[in-house]
Amino acid sequence: MEKEKRNNLIMTFIAIALVYLVVFILELTLRPTSIVFTVLRKGAIYSLVAVSMNLLNGFTGLFSLGQAGFMLLGAYTYAILTIPTEVKQSDRVYRYYDAVINFDTGVFVALIAAGLVAAFFAFLIGLPVLRLKSDYLAIATLGFAEIIRAIFQWDVLGPLTNGANLLREFKDLSRITLPFSDIPFPPTLFVFIVAGVCILLVVLLINSSYGRAFKAIRDDEVAAEAMGINLFKHKEMSFVISSFFAGISGALLAMFQYTVQAQQFRTMLTYEILLIVVIGGIGSISGSCIASFLYIALSEWWLRGLDMGTFLGINAPELFRSGFRRLVFSVIIMIIVLFFSKGIMGDKEISFERMKHLFRKKRKAKGADA
Amino acid sequence: MEFFHQNLSYFLSGISVGGQYALIAIGYTMVYGILRLINFAHGDVFMCAGLMMVYLSSTLPFTITIPLVLLLTVLLGFVIERVAYMPLRSAPRMSVMISAIGVSYLLQNAALYFTGGLAKVYPEIPFLSNSIVIWDATTRVVTIVTPFLTVVLVILLTLLIKHTKIGMAMRAVSRDFETSQLMGIKINRVISTTFMIGSLLASVASLLYFTNYASVTPTSGAMPGLKAFVAAVFGGIGSIPGAVIGAFIIGICENIIKGGASIFGIPGSGWTTFSDAFTFAFLIVILVVKPTGLFGEKAVDKV
Amino acid sequence: MKNLLELEHVTMQFGGVVAVNDLSMHVDENEIVALIGPNGAGKTTAFNCITGVYEPSNGKISYDGKCIIANHPSGKMAKLYAGKEHEMYLGGKVLAPTPDEITKLGIARTFQNIRLFKSMNVFDNVLTAMHVRAKANLFSSVFRLSWKEEKEMRDATEKLLKEQNLWEMRAEEATSLPYGLQRRLEIARALATRPKLLLLDEPAAGMNPQETQELASFIKEIKERYGLTVLMIEHHMDLVMNISDRIYVLDFGSLIAEGTPEEVQSNQRVIDAYLGVAENV
Repeated sequence: MEKEKRNNLIMTFIAIALVYLVVFILELTLRPTSIVFTVLRKGAIYSLVAVSMNLLNGFTGLFSLGQAGFMLLGAYTYAILTIPTEVKQSDRVYRYYDAVINFDTGVFVALIAAGLVAAFFAFLIGLPVLRLKSDYLAIATLGFAEIIRAIFQWDVLGPLTNGANLLREFKDLSRITLPFSDIPFPPTLFVFIVAGVCILLVVLLINSSYGRAFKAIRDDEVAAEAMGINLFKHKEMSFVISSFFAGISGALLAMFQYTVQAQQFRTMLTYEILLIVVIGGIGSISGSCIASFLYIALSEWWLRGLDMGTFLGINAPELFRSGFRRLVFSVIIMIIVLFFSKGIMGDKEISFERMKHLFRKKRKAKGADA
Repeated sequence: MEFFHQNLSYFLSGISVGGQYALIAIGYTMVYGILRLINFAHGDVFMCAGLMMVYLSSTLPFTITIPLVLLLTVLLGFVIERVAYMPLRSAPRMSVMISAIGVSYLLQNAALYFTGGLAKVYPEIPFLSNSIVIWDATTRVVTIVTPFLTVVLVILLTLLIKHTKIGMAMRAVSRDFETSQLMGIKINRVISTTFMIGSLLASVASLLYFTNYASVTPTSGAMPGLKAFVAAVFGGIGSIPGAVIGAFIIGICENIIKGGASIFGIPGSGWTTFSDAFTFAFLIVILVVKPTGLFGEKAVDKV
Repeated sequence: MKNLLELEHVTMQFGGVVAVNDLSMHVDENEIVALIGPNGAGKTTAFNCITGVYEPSNGKISYDGKCIIANHPSGKMAKLYAGKEHEMYLGGKVLAPTPDEITKLGIARTFQNIRLFKSMNVFDNVLTAMHVRAKANLFSSVFRLSWKEEKEMRDATEKLLKEQNLWEMRAEEATSLPYGLQRRLEIARALATRPKLLLLDEPAAGMNPQETQELASFIKEIKERYGLTVLMIEHHMDLVMNISDRIYVLDFGSLIAEGTPEEVQSNQRVIDAYLGVAENV
């Protein structure tokens, strides 16, 4: 049994390595403006947020709706730290204000800082709110995300955040280089590596002693507490860690978009991520990742026609106009929520064992036919 | 007195907005009282009522449009409950909340599709849109009408809950869901009624609110909805008078902040962006100081 | 014999209802003590006070010679208070630990209506309860620096499950087990926190006479094997009379009798409480 487990683990690692290899090869061969890269990059970024939200909602049983706010914190922290000093001093970005942060850092430091800033705010919010019933957490985090958005557009903070204006010219994906050199780093691979490492950390956490404590809290708070698990401490831990990764994903999103503006991080974004988690299956990391890529591929690529007038060869500009895609999406999502509430994966993870099982079943069915 | 007189128009619009929030907040607080569900879609129902008014009034006279909008909103509330919440009655509470978020997402996207993302101009309703002058401050009739209408509706609602059979059933269900089911109360009817009352009040609120703001966008339900919810939490969720008082306080504070008084040396105009954020800062403060709100009861879990 | 748990004048009042009134009792090391009484007598409430789920309105609870919980009526309760010994603890310091702190001290419990971790299998249910004794911090736990400890925990879980005859079902969903085994698993999970004092809330509820008998020997066995002290709430009188060293009887929140099984059985007030007393008209 132990051996089989180890084999499965090795197989999983090989599969993941293959994915990375494919990404690398695609990056060498395809046109850099190809839609495939948009889907891959955004999909990886959304995977990371979805996983961070799943850690909270799916594994700890805390219903939090602050993801957009923490992403905003991460995105701004990253952008502010990596805008080169000479750009800050000129009026190319900070046209109406004098920038207060007068230094710039490298990508790696800024990414970590993005996570830490988000985590710090989560810590503060968590202090009062996590002692209450979980309903209050939903509404307080939703409220927090709104406050943060308003505060970042407030012109009193302009010297820091550039008010309601865009932040630009920071180290976005096109400016990533190999460490200590000027050789450009493949951007999609970069996103995959950062998101992958973060998701790996979440997986390690979930399978550790602390992860089991989180699950115990989700299953039964009273029993968990009676087993010596400090509810507040563990909830705070989960909340802070989840926000840390949401912050990093916000930074990645900023890198992907080349610009940052507080306006983008609306409640709608949080809803979207929550619904991705539901589609993937609450409590399944691999489900969240699959759902993210699927969702992004559908909305950015395969269903684009729904907004553009022509879909599957049907030309109906009256029906297929802007916004139709999202309408179709929300109907699909409602159907999933109501009738397939387990999502793609339920609370299971994708594994070779399960796939083998599935194949065997199919083969058996075939055998029975013959 | 000087401060009061200077800020009179902000004060008046604060009371007025407070009344509108109160009408929305009642929908939240009643649903929460019965289903323990934060109905995230409630603010969007309010927005839909506004859009219906825009579309219907372009062809029909107001005498028909207004009752029709009220009726359709009630119907919308009823349908949402039947389709999105009723099938999940025995599901975990998180699933129902997710369903509510799904409905909210659906309504907003539907509105986005039908309006094409443009702000729609709200029709001028005769009488309500007229301006009047009170104590040197010019304002619209709707500003004066709102608080009175709110109070009348709340009194009617309280009478309904206190003295009718369905009201009694509502109180029973909010006290203990399972037991009242065992006592033969038709749960689904009570819940539907609750949603219909909530939607009716939300549509009245939308008449008053959008007359003041003059335009409707797909997201214009989100903010008032959230603020009304904060009001409900402040009043003690589940308590109707609490929600009304909470809503008035939030409405007034918010407008004074918008209004002008310079606070902490930053002039009033600097705080305008901040007035939305105020409500949530307020929420966090409530949750720290008195999480059960003004009139809320502390629930003890049985072990 | 050493005094392990001691309750002094513990009163628990909810609004106007006094659920536990002036309860004083003690449990000595290596004893099996039963807390009995008719339904609604306040037994589970007393348990919840000891384990920190409720904060008693008045009184003091000591464990292993140290005061762990203490309170006196204050605020609204000062006016409402209807229990006894109102003045006794006034001005004293208030100690209100949370349930997990109590568990860390070495008091574990089971629940009247079984509360297992629903999504986990049998093995993980027990393994999760080991978390309280784990020394690894978040960092070393995530990066597997404490793999040694993790392995020890797994081994300990294996040992515990084998001892409880639950090893065969280790991979099954906890809630799919038959009722009697779920009870046993809940006890095993409580043992995983390495308690000195075990509180059992109606361990035989819903069991047939044969299962009850098995449970009696099971309780005795784990008591010997792990050097436990047991305090239990139970309705099955044969179980209680069979294994208890001493018995406390509660009625309407107050203690009405205490003593050995024989003493309690012949106590007139106990008989009245259980059978009802003929009223003098």
